Amino acid sequence: MEFTLRVWRQRDRNDPGRLVTYKATDVNPDMSFLEMLDVVNQQLVARGEEPIAFAHDCREGICGSCGFVINGRAHGPGRGTAVCQLHMRSFKSGETLTLEPWRAKAFPVIRDLVVDRRALDRIIEAGGYITVNTGSAPEANTIPVPKPNADRAFDAAQCIQCGACVAACPNASAMLFVSSKVSHLGLLPQGQPERDTRVLRMVAAHDREGFGNCTFYGECEAVCPKEISIGFISRLNRDFMAASRRANGAGPAKDDAA
Amino acid sequence: MSVAVTGTPVSLDAKVPGGPIEKKWDTRQFELKLVNPANRRKYTVIVVGTGLAGASAAATLGELGYRVKAVTYHDSPRRAHSIAAQGGINAAKNYRNDGDSVWRLFYDTIKGGDFRSREANVFRLAQLSVRIIDQAVAQGVPFAREYGGLLDNRSFGGAQVSRTFYARGQTGQQLLLGAYQALMRQVDAGTVELITFTEMLDLVVVDGRARGIVARNLLTGEMSSIVGDAVVLATGGYGNVYDLSTIARQSNATAIWRAHRRGALFANPCYTQIHPTCIPVSGDYQSKLTLMSESLRNDGRVWVPKRKGDTRPPNEIPEEERDYYLERKYPSFGNLAPRDIASRAAKEVCDEGRGVGPGGRGVYLDFADAIRRLGTEVIRQRYGNLFDMYERITDENPYKVPMRIYPAIHYTMGGLWVDYNLMSTIPGLFVAGEANFSDHGANRLGASALMQGLADGYFIVPPVVADYLARTKFEKVEPAHPAFAAARLEAEERTRRLLGVKGSRTPESFHRELGRLMWDYCGMARNEQGLKTALAQIPVLRQDYWKQVKVLGDDASLNQSLEKALRVADFLELAELIVTDALHRTESCGGHFREESQTAEGEAKRDDANFAYVAAWQFTGVGAPEVLHKEPLRFEFVELAERSYK
Repeated sequence: MEFTLRVWRQRDRNDPGRLVTYKATDVNPDMSFLEMLDVVNQQLVARGEEPIAFAHDCREGICGSCGFVINGRAHGPGRGTAVCQLHMRSFKSGETLTLEPWRAKAFPVIRDLVVDRRALDRIIEAGGYITVNTGSAPEANTIPVPKPNADRAFDAAQCIQCGACVAACPNASAMLFVSSKVSHLGLLPQGQPERDTRVLRMVAAHDREGFGNCTFYGECEAVCPKEISIGFISRLNRDFMAASRRANGAGPAKDDAA
Repeated sequence: MSVAVTGTPVSLDAKVPGGPIEKKWDTRQFELKLVNPANRRKYTVIVVGTGLAGASAAATLGELGYRVKAVTYHDSPRRAHSIAAQGGINAAKNYRNDGDSVWRLFYDTIKGGDFRSREANVFRLAQLSVRIIDQAVAQGVPFAREYGGLLDNRSFGGAQVSRTFYARGQTGQQLLLGAYQALMRQVDAGTVELITFTEMLDLVVVDGRARGIVARNLLTGEMSSIVGDAVVLATGGYGNVYDLSTIARQSNATAIWRAHRRGALFANPCYTQIHPTCIPVSGDYQSKLTLMSESLRNDGRVWVPKRKGDTRPPNEIPEEERDYYLERKYPSFGNLAPRDIASRAAKEVCDEGRGVGPGGRGVYLDFADAIRRLGTEVIRQRYGNLFDMYERITDENPYKVPMRIYPAIHYTMGGLWVDYNLMSTIPGLFVAGEANFSDHGANRLGASALMQGLADGYFIVPPVVADYLARTKFEKVEPAHPAFAAARLEAEERTRRLLGVKGSRTPESFHRELGRLMWDYCGMARNEQGLKTALAQIPVLRQDYWKQVKVLGDDASLNQSLEKALRVADFLELAELIVTDALHRTESCGGHFREESQTAEGEAKRDDANFAYVAAWQFTGVGAPEVLHKEPLRFEFVELAERSYK
């Protein structure tokens, strides 16, 4: 197979950046997208051009390091797939593929396709945890968790913090990310004591980092490599409103039991 | 000034407490000195690496009130390769009432390691296993549960009980997120300073003690000195020496190798684990071999055709013409034979010409029976994400056709030598998780890596580091100290040299060549002639590297080629030590299979009379022979036996 690649090249944050065209030839359909880029990079280096920078590590779709936009779609055309697990057989030989970094104010470009996603860690820092010091945990089976709740918490907890949801969102909102953590912990009995402060602090941190608001475009869910449901954002909104009321001393509303 | 290593006398005293094995850790905990809560913030502990061992250690030290600097080359602690562990974590909870106990987990681990690990460490690991599960559940780790709401378990290789806790096929991810969240809570509390995009390039030793590291900022190229009172390395294993492996592409050996060069002994480097169930290599371009969790062997049956060169599709091969070789050879463990044994058995049938798939390097892992027995839905619930991943990579549907698998490098049991207190031969340098050698002997059992990483990080590192701090009088050291300045200069010089070679070959091409050499001569089966060939070729390759490597770009911004070049340079030194160790150990044990030493049935044959020791190597200079020190392994509580899974 062969492809025309139009790749975003940007030296650093201050460089305006531009799309540069390369040819990828002799591409094997069984290659992953990143392996195809590896081969292109080896060819670039051979002719004295600096290789295309892209983030990657585990190459099995779990570390969340990789990700860029292919033809306008975060992580490319595969459903439920990070770009490292996208294979060239998903494309037609001869296609032109345009590769761009995640675009969001909160994700400054570091180089080429690599962006700085540390804003997401700062949101976790603001409350994406359960306060339990090492050593103080009770015997594990003293806290039974109904299987459906445990399964649903797991569905939310699968987020790999890749940032595709932000890249896909016209508002550059990270609400799918925030809601996945708020729901993971909020669905478990262990997460209840901090449920209010967690959602309030995490949403405040989200806004502070410069991510946009969620207006339910639903683009995030469509590109999420873990197919995390946008339903978790609704859940976050309920949690957030209930917590806000309680924080304002208005007392619990009727639907707070959820 | 940093201490010259050559000729430094070395003590290999493991400092194991006396008394009955089940009391040793209690005894030691009582002996350990404590640091008053008000004094803890006066101490700085540097933790390098933020995987399970590093994140849990840093979080716990922070909770206790120490000042912690947590260093990672990733953007986020949560990217560490622990995240990719699939199958599960062992713990001797005996929730299944199937005969498990701390003693049994201890014995299984010792036996699984082919009697080449330190008894007391392994017993402590088994004891701590139960508290890890408690801690993780309290943090909100969403382990699999039964309908009554209690925790579920499954079986793993090398055990006849079900003691493995799991979170679908993403157990490592969920445990790491638990540790990561605990760590971020401490960042929020101000006890932990998180230093991201920063790679350790050297250890700094002042007056014989580890006092910090030299690290490179990957975004700016800036070299910095990070000063502390103790250093904990939790930087993972060194399997990427082999290039093609199941290990993440960034994982590397630089931190432990540089510590080794500064005087930390390296133990049992030849103990590498080759995992039996990985997706086979499909082409030269391949960057990574993908693991299919060992848990699949709970329900999948491994087979090859009985006849050589049988190219019929699997569904056309009748039952009586299939060889379920693991069930045949190891009837009591069957498909759950331990990893080293299952890997060698796969190699054996492929060497006989009975392998399947392109190139004949593959065996079937077949779920047809399990699907008939349990239905597709149950199988999907248990392994859905793994089946999806397999299909994405191979374009074959494992619900319909058997998976094809082949062994690949996965884990390294060897690592920096540590005593019972996880301290290396450099005072103040502690080593945790896969980076140390301590618990798995010559072969690690499945679902035990997560257990060890977290036991080290949550429960062992904090009290032993405290003891060291309490017993030591520290001189004030500034980042401008000559030892730091010298190490920084050396690291800067190394990066400059790599950029200056301007040769014709990329670091990747050298890495590939080294990997192939290691896999061919120091892989699943090793022999004297092959190892000697490798020992002759590695130094040549290393010399070529420094003459021919081509690294473009500069040292003032993100430069992934330069990062890679620095790591490959260290792989080229470490590879020689791995082979040296493999050559010296003429017995077979666990993952180290010397063809010269096998039983009549082709199983690994240990030589306890001559090799019941830990081989700890001392660096004396690049290309110069390392000095071997031996820590004898004394077994007080288990009897050395032939390891049988028949």
